[in-house]
This record gives sequence, structure tokens and C-alpha cells, in this order.
Amino acid sequence: MTLPPLAWHALMAFIVLNAILGLVAYVTLLERKFAARMQSRIGPYYVGRPHGWLQPIADALKLMLKEDVVPTSADRGVYNLAPIVFLVPCILIYATIPFAPELGVADLNIGVLFFLAVSSLEIVGLFMGGWGSNNKYALLSAMRAVNQIISYDLPFIFAALVPVLLAGSLQMSAIVAAQQGLWFVAYPVFGQLAFVAFVVATLAAENRVPFDILEAESELVAGFRVEYSGMKFALIQLGEYAHMLGTSFLGALLFLGGWLGPGPAWLGPLWFLVKAVLVFLLVTWVRWSFVRIRVDQILAISWKLLVPASILLLLATGLWVATRGAGAG
Amino acid sequence: MTTQTVEIGYGGSERLTMNMGPQHPSAHGVFRAVLTLEGETVVAVDAVIGYLHRCHEKLGETLTYVQYPSIASKTDYVAAMTSELAYVAAVEKLGKIEVPKRAQYLRVLAAELQRIASHCLWLGTWCMDMGGALGGGATVFLYCIRERELILDRFEELTGARLLYGFHQVGGTRYDVPAGWDTKVRETVDFIEKRIDEYEAMLEGNAFFLARARGVGVISRALAQEVGVSGPLIRGSGVNYDIRRAEPYSSYPDFDFRVPVETAGDCYARYRVRMAEFRESIKIVRQVLDGLPEGPISSRPGVKSVGQVRVPKGEAYARIEGARGEVGCYLVSDGGPKPYRMKWRGASFSNLAVLPHIIPGHKVADVVAIMGSVDPVFGEVDR
Repeated sequence: MTLPPLAWHALMAFIVLNAILGLVAYVTLLERKFAARMQSRIGPYYVGRPHGWLQPIADALKLMLKEDVVPTSADRGVYNLAPIVFLVPCILIYATIPFAPELGVADLNIGVLFFLAVSSLEIVGLFMGGWGSNNKYALLSAMRAVNQIISYDLPFIFAALVPVLLAGSLQMSAIVAAQQGLWFVAYPVFGQLAFVAFVVATLAAENRVPFDILEAESELVAGFRVEYSGMKFALIQLGEYAHMLGTSFLGALLFLGGWLGPGPAWLGPLWFLVKAVLVFLLVTWVRWSFVRIRVDQILAISWKLLVPASILLLLATGLWVATRGAGAG
Repeated sequence: MTTQTVEIGYGGSERLTMNMGPQHPSAHGVFRAVLTLEGETVVAVDAVIGYLHRCHEKLGETLTYVQYPSIASKTDYVAAMTSELAYVAAVEKLGKIEVPKRAQYLRVLAAELQRIASHCLWLGTWCMDMGGALGGGATVFLYCIRERELILDRFEELTGARLLYGFHQVGGTRYDVPAGWDTKVRETVDFIEKRIDEYEAMLEGNAFFLARARGVGVISRALAQEVGVSGPLIRGSGVNYDIRRAEPYSSYPDFDFRVPVETAGDCYARYRVRMAEFRESIKIVRQVLDGLPEGPISSRPGVKSVGQVRVPKGEAYARIEGARGEVGCYLVSDGGPKPYRMKWRGASFSNLAVLPHIIPGHKVADVVAIMGSVDPVFGEVDR
């Protein structure tokens, strides 16, 4: 029995959505455990022994049961809509990620472009939240967010375009196929530099320490989500982690060969997941070892170093590919 | 305190008044700073204190010389040993009470261990101010708390308390060293000394940390002397001033230590001074343990009644070098069992006065970094 294409996409979307939500919950547990180890702590332990495996569910339940407080002077419409506007693009980025050949919601021929475009949209929800809360901390955070996204989306996109050039395609499955011989992270010079730029830009795009100036709880308390509580806070949190995991999947796909790996083909999605989690842990590792830098320093790093460097890298890659021919990796 | 507001004209853009504190993750207690912002830049600071005022000085007049030392520890609760010491030192000066050599050495030991513990907490909280509770700062914080815990354990073995000790009493100390305690203290400081190297490697090899600390919150030598800051702040601004040297008390001349001085005056200089002080304190602790004389721990009999200690009419000011700077206690006696008037000179209070001079012109993020580098404890500011 073959399903009509639309039904197939809908079914896949349903499966991916639920799998992602479950995965995101457990990624938070992974991060907490990982951070705890770094800080010589144990981390969640008592909720679901051993090692607190029920903690994410307990957290979600707690947030659902919490009172939803709306500040009296908030712009209610904007305030209430913001978490959803924030969450949707964060989930939507999974639409173009294939988890194995032919296994994904939609393997668009402009997959990478779609991912990059949609992932930048989260800023709209973020700014709405910061503005609608009518709180000075939230407002400052929203301003910083816009600043940062504008600065770091450019190097993020340029770094992501290097593998695209090397593979000669914007389609995600084609990029993975091009890494059959050599993962792009191992591609001499271009691949490695692009991977470094990608990880740095990812940290900024995901608002992680050392670039987490929007959240900056020691200055701005909690930034744009300072006034959110209960389920709305949960949605923002969910969106943030979904975005982070999605970017990790993109990194694994662009640089680490996606589902390629030893063993039978059905192990592919598993390999992909392992690689994405590795990228996620790399980002987490950086997060829990650095201090946050200042907003002007963040902008200086981006405009004075990362943007010119990534443009040069992209140009050099383009020249290299033009002389060698696409897909030569 | 008259709050001084320094404004810098940036011209043009709209100003935003933002309240930082008294309830704020990096308020270090209950400090409230009313910031005037132009974009991200702070153009004016209005510092508001007094949220933790507990009438300590009035309380000191209602309690006897025997009772107050254990309350004195509640002024600077992060370094409780030093405020107790300042009070009993003032009483001893007033009453011309001798302190046995062993007690003097024990006081130095307690003060230096307390300095290590206090600096541990400072390093952790300062990094948390810069790195966030969900980031690298929290990692340093938890490491530092882990080390501070060891010293608190030693204090617990010595006095039975972990935060507010009641270790000092007029004429000496209340407790003597338990058996085998000195070996444990040696192990503790050996361990902490190794860990301090790790923190230095972790922080000074980190470009982001340096970017946040270098050139931020510069206190010039002239400003430091004019405002009257003390402790690591004035030593970070190039003034070689340490009461342990300038006006020695409790047998400090017996020990060989260096007074670290940095000239830059920024947050990084203050950090360097405190990191060097860790090592100097450890050095002093070892010397005390090596040379601890035998003998009584107090020149007065044990406490039988609260009115036991009486001092002649007069007044006295005693000052000691606490972890945060000069902790002073001024006493006026009318010959009774209680002081007629008591006044604290809190190191944090005087150090905090420098904030409105140095914050304007910095970004919001620097405000917390500068405040953390001042290391205020609000129990001591408000008293």
C-alpha cells in the first residue's frame, strides 16, 4: 500500500513532531547531567531513579500546573502570541531535515535555504515577547536579540553555505550523499574552518553562553522571558531547546556526514542522532566553561572577525570548487 | 550617606531609568542601583542602600562586652571572624587587656582561613555575575564553594559553627585547637593551593574572561584615596596599604608575607590582588601552624556572667584588615559593662561608595562585573 504524498508528509510530520518533542525533553536532561559532571555535581537524581530519568516529565508537569501570570500593563495580544510565534519556526526547521534517505517530512531541493530562513524567524517571537511584556529588562533583551541575530545570522549562513558549495546542492540528502567519501569536517582547510565558524555562530544564534546576552540573568534577570510563567514559559523553553537541537542536526548533517556510518543502513538514523547529540554536547561544553561577553564585544567579534572571515572563506571555497568542479570531495 | 550622581553627557537619545535591585540576581544581597541608561550605556547611577539595616550599633550599646562578639559576626557574615576580632580588639585596647601569645596566633590563623574562605566566595560569585548561573560562571562558582566548604568544615571542628562563629572573646579566644586539627588544616590549604592554580589557568587562559575584566571599572589611585576604599580595591589601584603591615595587630609582625599590589586599578587588577592574597594567606596559615606556642588561650577566666568584663572610662578605635578591607570598631565606654557608644566602620560600606564614580560610561553588563569586583557584603554595608 502506498500513501498519497500529502498523507505521507502529514504522517511523517506527526511522527517527527512528537519524536522531536520527546527528544527535546530528554536533551535537557542530558545537558543537566553533562553540566553537573563538569561542575562536580550529580545533577537530577531523585525523580525517577536511577539518575532522574523522569525529571523532564516532572518539569513539564510542574510548568503546566503553574499559575499563568500576565502583567497588568502588558500588551496582552502580543504577549500571549509571542511564545507561539517563537515556537513555530523552532519546530518548523525540522521539516526539511531528512533523518535517513527518504525518511523525513520533506526533502526540499532548497532544504538548507529553508532551514536558515525559518530559523531566523524565531527573532520575531522573541522581540514580541520582549516588547509585549512591558518590562525594561525584557525590552533591553529584545533590543539585544535583534542586534545579535542580525550580526550572527550572516556568519551562520556563510558557514553553512560552504558545505553547500562543496556538495553543489542545497538539498540536504544530496549534501549527505556528497560526503560518502569524506565528511566535510575532514575536508582540508575549508571544511574545518567552516565547521569552527559554524559552531561559533551556532552558539550565538542559539543564545548560549558566551553569547547569551539576551537571557543574561545576572544583568537582565531572564531577559525577554522574565514576565512569562507556566505553560508560556514552557513553550519558550521548548522552542529554545528545539532550535538548539535542530541546529545540532544541521551541523551533523552538513559537516559530520549525516546518517553515514558503519553498519547496516537501518542504523543510519541512529548515527545521525549520535552525531547531532555530539554537536549539542560540544556547544554545551563551551556553554558551561565560558563567561558571557558584553554586547559591544559580541558585535565586534561578529563584524570585525567572523563576518569578513566567513565571506573570505566562502569566496575561497567558491574559487576552489570552480576550479575543481562541484562535488569533488 | 549622600548619594552622588555623576552624569556624562552623551546627548541625543532617549534615556531609560532602570532599577537594578534590591531583588536582583546579582545584587549581592539587597543593593539597589537606579541606573539611567542611554541604550546599553549607563550614564548615571543612584546607589540606594539600607535594606538590611538591623541597628547593629544601637544593639552594641545594649549588649555587654561579653555578649556582643557573637553578634558582631553578623555584620560581615561572609567573613565573620574578622568583625568579631575588630570588636574584641577595641575592647582590649580600651581596657588595656593583654592577649596571650597562643591566642594571638589562633586569631591570625582564624583570620587568614577566613580570608581564604571569603575570597573563594568572592571569586565564585564574581564569575557568576559575569558568566551567568547557566554558564561557565556557575562552574567556577561551584568549584569555589566546594573549596570554601573545606574551610567551613575546619571552622566547624574548631568552634561548632559554620558561618557565625563566636570564636573570639575579650582577652583571647573561646576555643582551643582540637587534637589533630592542625594536620587537617595543612591538608586543606595544600589542597586549596593546588586548586587556585587550576582557577587561574581556567580564567586567565580565557579570552572572554580577560575581555570582561581588563580595563573595566578603573579606580585611579587618586580616586581610591579620596573615596577611602581599602583592602584589595586600594591595593589594586597601586597603593601599598595593608593594616597588617601599617598598624600590626595580633602578632602579624611574626609572620613573613607579601602585600600584593597591582597598579592598573581595573577589575582584573583587583582579581590579581585577591588571587595573590589567597597564596599569602596560605603561607601565613602554615607559619602559624609551625610556630603555634603553648600556653593559655585567654588572659581572662571563662565566662561566668554577662557583666563580667568591665573597662575603664574612655574611648578606643581598633582596626583590622578584613577580607574586604579595613574593618574598624570605635567604642566609647562610661565604665559600665556595656559600651556607651559603638560605631562600625564597614569595609564594604566605604568600598561601595566608589561605585557611582566608576560605573557611568560603562555598559549594563559591566555594572555587575564592577559590583562583583568590589565584593560588597550587605550585612556590613547596612549593619
